[in-house]
Amino acid sequence: MSTLESIANQEYKYGFRSDIESDVIPKGLTEDTVRLISARKNEPAFMLEFRLKAFRHWQKMEEPHWANVDYPAIDYQDIIYYAAPKPKAKKKSLDEVDPELLKTFDKLGISLTEQKRLSGVPIAVDAVFDSVSVATTFKKDLLKHGIIFCSFSEAVQEYPELVEKYLGSVVPTTDNFFAALNSAVFSDGSFCYIPPDTVCPMDLSTYFRINTEGAGQFERTLIICDRNSKVSYLEGCTAPMFDTNQLHAAVVELVALENAEIKYSTVQNWFAGDPKTGKGGIYNFVTKRGKCLGDHSHISWTQVETGSAITWKYPSCILQGDYSKGEFYSVALTNNLQQADTGTKMIHIGKNTTSTIISKGISAGKSTNAYRGMVSMKKSATNARNFTQCDSMLIGSNCAANTFPVIEVQNKTARVEHEASTSKISEDQLFYFRQRGIETEEAMSAIINGFCKEVFRELPGEFAVEATRLLGLKLENTVG
Amino acid sequence: MLEIRDLHACRDEKEILKGINLSVKSGEIHAIMGPNGSGKSTLAKVVVGHPAYTVTSGDILYQGKSILEENPEQRALDGIFMAFQYPVEIPGVNNANFLRLAYNAKRTFQGQEELDPLEFDDLLQEKLKLVEMDPSFINRSVNEGFSGGEKKKNEILQMAILEPQLSILDETDSGLDIDALREVANGVNKLMQPDRAMILVTHYQRLLNYVQPDFVHVLSAGRIVKSGGKDLALELEDRGYDWVIDQQTAEV
Repeated sequence: MSTLESIANQEYKYGFRSDIESDVIPKGLTEDTVRLISARKNEPAFMLEFRLKAFRHWQKMEEPHWANVDYPAIDYQDIIYYAAPKPKAKKKSLDEVDPELLKTFDKLGISLTEQKRLSGVPIAVDAVFDSVSVATTFKKDLLKHGIIFCSFSEAVQEYPELVEKYLGSVVPTTDNFFAALNSAVFSDGSFCYIPPDTVCPMDLSTYFRINTEGAGQFERTLIICDRNSKVSYLEGCTAPMFDTNQLHAAVVELVALENAEIKYSTVQNWFAGDPKTGKGGIYNFVTKRGKCLGDHSHISWTQVETGSAITWKYPSCILQGDYSKGEFYSVALTNNLQQADTGTKMIHIGKNTTSTIISKGISAGKSTNAYRGMVSMKKSATNARNFTQCDSMLIGSNCAANTFPVIEVQNKTARVEHEASTSKISEDQLFYFRQRGIETEEAMSAIINGFCKEVFRELPGEFAVEATRLLGLKLENTVG
Repeated sequence: MLEIRDLHACRDEKEILKGINLSVKSGEIHAIMGPNGSGKSTLAKVVVGHPAYTVTSGDILYQGKSILEENPEQRALDGIFMAFQYPVEIPGVNNANFLRLAYNAKRTFQGQEELDPLEFDDLLQEKLKLVEMDPSFINRSVNEGFSGGEKKKNEILQMAILEPQLSILDETDSGLDIDALREVANGVNKLMQPDRAMILVTHYQRLLNYVQPDFVHVLSAGRIVKSGGKDLALELEDRGYDWVIDQQTAEV
């Protein structure tokens, strides 16, 4: 009997649900819903217009089905588009945040008190619970450096000119079905602005938590890094275990001005659904895109995708400024019945632009894992360069890995390199470790970490540790 | 040290070992020889607990107790080592890290503290010299892109680091040119001590020119059909395996 056979998966440890009173609007989506959300949030006119424009366009669009994923039709009238924990009173500081919420985030290992982490390096957190941001830490300290880090709702009220200027500038409302939907109904998210000549003194992060059953989460993140500035941004996510699938359709927009650098890292651990039936779990249909607007700007995406029933996302870079640089480092792990179709787009417009794509797909159980990528060298992209490396690893024999690369080159001086490989963890490899006194789980972990090391080394310290641990947990018992 | 009693084992329901008896004591080197398909490699793999093989009857005693119920890593930690005939490539896993992982597994098992990478490097450098191995190998992925000879040397390096009580070398001489064979054999000889034992599984006599066995056993169709001293190997070199097997058949 083969030892490479899947037994049960480690139980999802973030599957609990918090008992928190919520302000929930009725299910369903009409123009009135959009107006209601905007009114709830007391938004200025430009926001309502932005939403309505998106909504009207969305109504004319059809849900796309080109991804290599399979799921029952989504009933968009059966989703709650706004769910927010009921405020006890208007909160002035963290002390006034509902203790139940603090407890929830504590349980998730996210401290909303402004304490230093064990490593001594502080991290600023914007905690998003269902549709709204419930707390942002280190806000005042950051503001001393001129750095704005707050919930999206707050930014709309306090910094409307910045929001109006950049919202939708990278992902237009009409971009795609899910982005249009998000633009119409998004309720909150994180906003960040780094002023010129500033290196952000700490990592910023958003932690997303879905709590209400039947609620879609549509958050919006907008990060603007002004010239000669630098920021590292982390994103984490979990959700309770429900029997129904939940839709998560977020939009993240990054803007890097001249000589600015944005590093965006995600460790995604949404509930993946029941390991045997696939019931429940998150549909993670997210649009993430960065624009290297200024010369010499640099945007780097690093993602470790381990959760969700379905992951469908392509963090991309538009390399507009000359000498700008885009990077995509990805580990996507699927187990049991999970499906992932993920990759990136690198759109080279400016001269001497460079991009690097390192994608590592790991499939176990009966899962499917696809890399889909596009490298486009526009006419203006003189001397642009891309390097792509796309590796797949299979564990067991019931899973699948696919690669769909698209390369478009309109400039003769551009250079594109693509490398791909597929490998399998074999019984022989595991036996080799065991004969040297190393247990199977440790052997798996060494092989997987070796496979992913080019991506892991891009992650900020603690995140790398978390990612390694998470992969270990997810693959526990995939070999008996 | 090792006592094999009437061992029967099969793979995919096909019986390969049909009653092996073998006794190995500390300080002894045994050579197991025999034609292809006689069950030599199977014997080696069954002793270290390869999951593809099932023991149907008989017993394997190591240091006086049965190890049949022990999994491969327990047997390894008890001090049984196998140098693989075809060492597998493990891309992405750094050789030095792999060696340290294995070494620390043993230290933990023995209740000692693990070595950090710097401390381990001192040990590694010393062992590299012992087996005359190029230090550049340790920074490459385990066996990846190694030549046949390099892979076999890497096995001997691991043996030098883990210092097993019982080493089973499965066709370690195959695929080696004469220089590599001599270097590997030198390493093996340096690692042989009075409190250790070795089993050399080999098809040809040539390794035995360098590593002198105390006993030579001929395996045929899953049984040991003849045992003798070092001279038996030479005789086999001259006359081939058929006469031994014929003799055996005649006796039956």
